[in-house]
Amino acid sequence: MREQPVTPELVAEHGLNEEEHQRIKEILGREMTFTELGIYSVMWSEHCSYKNSILLLKTLPRSGPNLLAEAGEENAGIVDIGDGRAVVFKIESHNHPSAVEPYQGAATGVGGILRDIFTMGARPIAALNSLRFGNPEDPKVRYLLNGVVRGIGDYGNSFGVPTVGGEIYFEDAYTTNCLVNAMAVGIVRTDRIARATASVVGSPVYVVGSRTGRDGIHGATFASEELSEKSEAKRPAVQIGDPFTEKLLLEATLEMIKRDLIVGIQDMGAAGITCSCSETAFAGGQGIEIDIAKVPVREEGMIPYETLLSESQERMLVIVKTGREEEVRAIFRKWELQAAKIGEVIGGGHFKVYENGELKSDIPAETLALGGGTPVYKREEQRPARLDQTQHFDFAAIPVPGDLCAVLMTLIGTPNIASKEWVYRQYDGMVRTNTAVNSGSDAAVLRIRKTRTALAMTTDGNGRYCFLNPRRGAQIAVAEAARNLICSGAAPLAVTNCLNFGNPYKPEMYYLFAECVRGMGEACRAFNTPVTGGNVSFYNEDPGRAVYPTPTIGMIGMIEDITHITTQWFKQTSDVIMLIGTSRDDLGASEYLKTIHSKITGDAPYLDLAEEKNVQQFVLAAIRAGLVNSAHDVSDGGLAVCLAECCITNPDGIFGCAIRLHSDIRADALWFGEAQSRIVISLVQDKQAAFEQLAAKHQVPLTVLGAVTADRFRIEHICDLDPRSMKETYYACLPKLMERTK
Amino acid sequence: MKFGVVTFPGSNCDYDAFCAVRDRLNQSVEFLWHGDPNLKGSDVIILPGGFAHGDYLRAGAIARFSPVMKSVIAFAESGGLVWGICNGFQVLLEAGLLPGAMLRNRALRFSCRQVYLKTETTDSPYTNSVQLGAVLKIPIAHAEGNYYAPERVLDELEAADRVAFRYCGPHGEIADEYNPNGSARQIAGILNEGRNVLGLMPHPERAMEEILGSADGCRLFESVLGSFAGGRAAGGTRAKVA
Repeated sequence: MREQPVTPELVAEHGLNEEEHQRIKEILGREMTFTELGIYSVMWSEHCSYKNSILLLKTLPRSGPNLLAEAGEENAGIVDIGDGRAVVFKIESHNHPSAVEPYQGAATGVGGILRDIFTMGARPIAALNSLRFGNPEDPKVRYLLNGVVRGIGDYGNSFGVPTVGGEIYFEDAYTTNCLVNAMAVGIVRTDRIARATASVVGSPVYVVGSRTGRDGIHGATFASEELSEKSEAKRPAVQIGDPFTEKLLLEATLEMIKRDLIVGIQDMGAAGITCSCSETAFAGGQGIEIDIAKVPVREEGMIPYETLLSESQERMLVIVKTGREEEVRAIFRKWELQAAKIGEVIGGGHFKVYENGELKSDIPAETLALGGGTPVYKREEQRPARLDQTQHFDFAAIPVPGDLCAVLMTLIGTPNIASKEWVYRQYDGMVRTNTAVNSGSDAAVLRIRKTRTALAMTTDGNGRYCFLNPRRGAQIAVAEAARNLICSGAAPLAVTNCLNFGNPYKPEMYYLFAECVRGMGEACRAFNTPVTGGNVSFYNEDPGRAVYPTPTIGMIGMIEDITHITTQWFKQTSDVIMLIGTSRDDLGASEYLKTIHSKITGDAPYLDLAEEKNVQQFVLAAIRAGLVNSAHDVSDGGLAVCLAECCITNPDGIFGCAIRLHSDIRADALWFGEAQSRIVISLVQDKQAAFEQLAAKHQVPLTVLGAVTADRFRIEHICDLDPRSMKETYYACLPKLMERTK
Repeated sequence: MKFGVVTFPGSNCDYDAFCAVRDRLNQSVEFLWHGDPNLKGSDVIILPGGFAHGDYLRAGAIARFSPVMKSVIAFAESGGLVWGICNGFQVLLEAGLLPGAMLRNRALRFSCRQVYLKTETTDSPYTNSVQLGAVLKIPIAHAEGNYYAPERVLDELEAADRVAFRYCGPHGEIADEYNPNGSARQIAGILNEGRNVLGLMPHPERAMEEILGSADGCRLFESVLGSFAGGRAAGGTRAKVA
């Protein structure tokens, strides 16, 4: 690459519009240099600046009594969990890279989110991921899924973080534009939290970790445009991951933080050196000057533009305490990593870049940083007309199938419902020996060493619901995440979110985004779970179509005592099975409607936030009182699928059930409808009376469904099945699909 | 009794082994940095799981050249207890302390799950307090755990009672359906000729507490501790290495 004269055409090619170009000229009082053009183009890209989303994001509840930082203030959310510890967590998308290079795209997504955690001084304790793909009958989709799963597995397994949960959905809307949202969770001592700040003038600035190469240049800009046929050519914009180096970087970073050698630190993700320098300078209220020639590079002949924009992985920017440089260098020598001084913190608030002493760029850091002077836009919203039709769909037109038993068997063998074991077995879910509940139950649970407590964690989101009702769909994502934690014995603490949407400049698309944010805010307020951060991924569309509006909720909950840890599967025969909550005549947006009737229509399922919260509080109280043997929420596939999962997912056994339920609701809605706020629990008979008393106190509706049995799955008037054949269907679906050669 | 847990730069189960010894066995334990040949007076050396040097080459192929390995080999040859778990087993094979090699799992994928192991010998410091034939529930987590050795070597291992564990079903059934990775003759762990070196693909250090899904791994650690009660490992003094 060569430096070029900055012309209006070149500026436009860099994705900056005329208005933005004018503003930059006013800020600088002159035209940009070529290097500065590179810097502004990435820092003002959607990906870094959140220019089309930040106004709405600020409406989310972002504070709470236990939050140790507000959303956006640090690299990840951080919540006090007592005993002198805090949990650090965040979710981020890596959609576009994964769509063109699934293995490296997903791997570096995991690497990036892990760095966000340990840059705060926290050791990662768990990883989760939320994935969306097209129909797996399509070989290209299987290629993407296979690559993504290998990428996530290879990176996390080698790094040594247990991958303990997540979710996968298959919908045609994600055929070319798959979604890969990676979440990581860490724990830090509250007296060792590191901050992303360059606050002390004169402090030396280091770049540590890997050398800088030409990989990933303009990754952030790539993420800020729609996918097209030309996207394949953007494959060089995808970074390459090296989990071994990341592991070394983790150990070196934590050692440096523990020994109190630094002023601040920020990982290098999108926009690499540029973003980390300008954001830490802005956060510290100072400036930073660097000599780009001092950055250790992999390739010869890199110009400042390239070095500044490179998204080479496994690097950190470190602002070292004056006088502690030799100690820092010794740590990085031990771990055989680079540590090069590239500049220092200066007064005046400018980010200055020299190359061998020659000034190449001089920009007020404030104008580059999110929360500073980056552009902020309010976009136009237009409600899509299709919603009026689908939300008033007349279900009388859908006949109730004669054989609901066959429907159940079809549903448990459909990829959206069937076991995801084929995926999660490829992830080491146990390393670091804290995993009490691994993938396969409602939420993952990790005990916290040397305490009686544990953390529960989950990711949830249903794009189909949001497509049909964005506001309620987003509320359901939050409600379901909270419900999954409750079912595991945890009280929900806080949320991180990843918002995957289409092009924000299309008013109908922006309406979906805005409604989802509003719905998410309402639900987070209802459950008292503040949003600690996350990311926004727009432009998830190709010329054919956009993805479903897909807000992914990552939620963390606290289990007060490890004896409260609860799993979804039945534990012993003759336990009583109860349904908590109310079933409704509601088929909207269901997996049943899609799979059996090939219809994606109706309204999102019923949800009332107050009712939901009441159900959740009761179930948590019952678990804490020691009354409950298993708890599983009713979600995809409805009540019948929920019961099936309770019977066949216990890793140490298999159960049946004998169920009798009378209702006026049409049979398919009763058994396969996805109305929210319902939980199936099992408990020993002796505790039934106490359980019913507690339910009465909480004013929660209860229905006795039947009992756990040994070897038949019976629902009166519906089915009488061998649970072993159900288990076979449920677990064989994905392996059969994925091991197919055509 | 003192355990030493070797830390290669990419080890990631070193801390788990450390905690198993310190917290569950209540014994003294120290990390041994791979670049330092000093074994610090350890009575037992654990080569832990992980990806020693990234393992972009064959697993363990570079680790055998780490400075600590010279000392570990000499220690093993003098009868000292050396226990390789997962990646540690791969390192022992590469270092020539155990025969055979690891191929990629036959499904060509990483696999992490609970498996069952049948105890095939009690004549070793790692298994002497486990009952012969006892079935232990212990997890695996590897991509290259498909044990391979020529038929002649496999015959020798069996003839000399050096197969420590085989993969099996929940009731001890030995059958291909319970072989998680394609290992020859369902072998999960083997001893050296002196019976003082154990290579084991599954992770007993992950099976030390019921909250983690199994406490069966304690049986191995307790055996090691029991063997040492007299001050020197039983079985560790019998013979030199293969």
